[in-house]
Amino acid sequence: MSDSPSASFLPEHPPVTDWVHDFDHTDPVWTDDPFPIWETLRAASPVVHTERFLGCYMPTTYQAVKEIAYDTEHFSSRRVIVRDVRPEISARAPPITSDPPEHKPAKQVLLPPFTPDAMKRLEPRVRAICNELIDEFIADGHCDAAARYTKHIPVRAIAHMLGIPEKDGDLFIKWIHQILELGIKDENEMMSGVREMTGYFMAHLEQRKLAPSDDLISQLLRAKGPGGQPLTDEHVLGSLRLLLIAGIDTTWSAIGSSLWHLARTPADRERLIAEPALIPTAIEEFLRAYSPVTMAREVIKETTISGCPVKAGNMVLLSFPAANRDPAMFPDADKVVIDRKENRHAAFGLGIHRCVGSNLARMEMQVAIEEWLKRIPDFRLDPAGKVTWSEGTVRGPRQLPVLFGKNA
Amino acid sequence: MSKLRIRVDQDKCQGHARCKSLAPELFELDEYGNAHEVGDGTVPAGLEDKAWLAQTNCPEIAIEVTEE
Repeated sequence: MSDSPSASFLPEHPPVTDWVHDFDHTDPVWTDDPFPIWETLRAASPVVHTERFLGCYMPTTYQAVKEIAYDTEHFSSRRVIVRDVRPEISARAPPITSDPPEHKPAKQVLLPPFTPDAMKRLEPRVRAICNELIDEFIADGHCDAAARYTKHIPVRAIAHMLGIPEKDGDLFIKWIHQILELGIKDENEMMSGVREMTGYFMAHLEQRKLAPSDDLISQLLRAKGPGGQPLTDEHVLGSLRLLLIAGIDTTWSAIGSSLWHLARTPADRERLIAEPALIPTAIEEFLRAYSPVTMAREVIKETTISGCPVKAGNMVLLSFPAANRDPAMFPDADKVVIDRKENRHAAFGLGIHRCVGSNLARMEMQVAIEEWLKRIPDFRLDPAGKVTWSEGTVRGPRQLPVLFGKNA
Repeated sequence: MSKLRIRVDQDKCQGHARCKSLAPELFELDEYGNAHEVGDGTVPAGLEDKAWLAQTNCPEIAIEVTEE
């Protein structure tokens, strides 16, 4: 799925030679291994700038990321992806693209269906999904764990919540690829993905209006906005867009990175099998060390962050993943310590935009790792295959060839 | 050991729910998933470590632990 930028786009993105003054989060070097780059940027300044993407800053320390995440006066969420273009804002996705005061009521509508208790009710279905997927390849002794396992878990879980057919998952994956990866450089791909997705959900909306049920789409249609009025169709569609875009390749990536780590680290694998009670703590560490999601803000008023001047009109690459590798915040930041006791990681963001699906993501990760380790305790990367990583806003393995069983 | 008391700052809590996961006896969540201390926040004997664990894992630094 992780298409490299095709040749026609390359002239716009010349290879980076000076990371500190000309960073590019779509450069193949960054995609392959961003960690040493972040270290270089952090050593240079708490905030760096590039002229690419029509001007963009990146905070490199936990402290600078936190300052920006908490500052909704100078930094707007109206654009949440750093792209080559900045067209007029058309397709909103509240609350992720909302600023105060619109943000809070839009978020409160979405929160109750995603509490830990609600996730407990969904958990048995997710456990079954994981086992159905494993059944399909376990006899082979090898699989691409990204394509056959991690990719399908969040899609089917969110489809189940929304009350739409789990088999439509492949459509969702295509739209997300168009919006989050191809869309950074190609407006037509972005708009075509958004258009198809909107049409698909509009049909489901109309159907729920005629025959309401208990699923999340029906719940949103029943929900009341701030003035006690029902939400508009446009608002419901925006929130559904958000759930799909934010809820799928993020968790796909997080589960994939966790399996990638475990495939390469037999000691951690053995310890989690011997002490399954440690899995939730290990999941937090995987979230810290391999945070999948980088957000964005737009500077709307000049200010200073960690002593660095920041000018309006620029975008901000809000790298929670880089913040989570800051040694000033986390001792041994570059080591994966699966029993790390103190872990205030920011994988789900900080401040008012805390990921609405964090409880869902955590449950999916835990269940996916538990079920995999139960049935495939011993596995390793396939030396004949190649691990590839997604480009841009969400980082995770898109090909993850592993050997197990008779091949372990 | 002195008695501990916990309090969740409602202006800071964003509903990460780390405290509920690490110390379910000490925290409860409302319908939006935001955390509140159970009762008056007094930490029963034997749960002190869990109180500190919750405090040191809150990403928003929203949990106050005081020794009485």
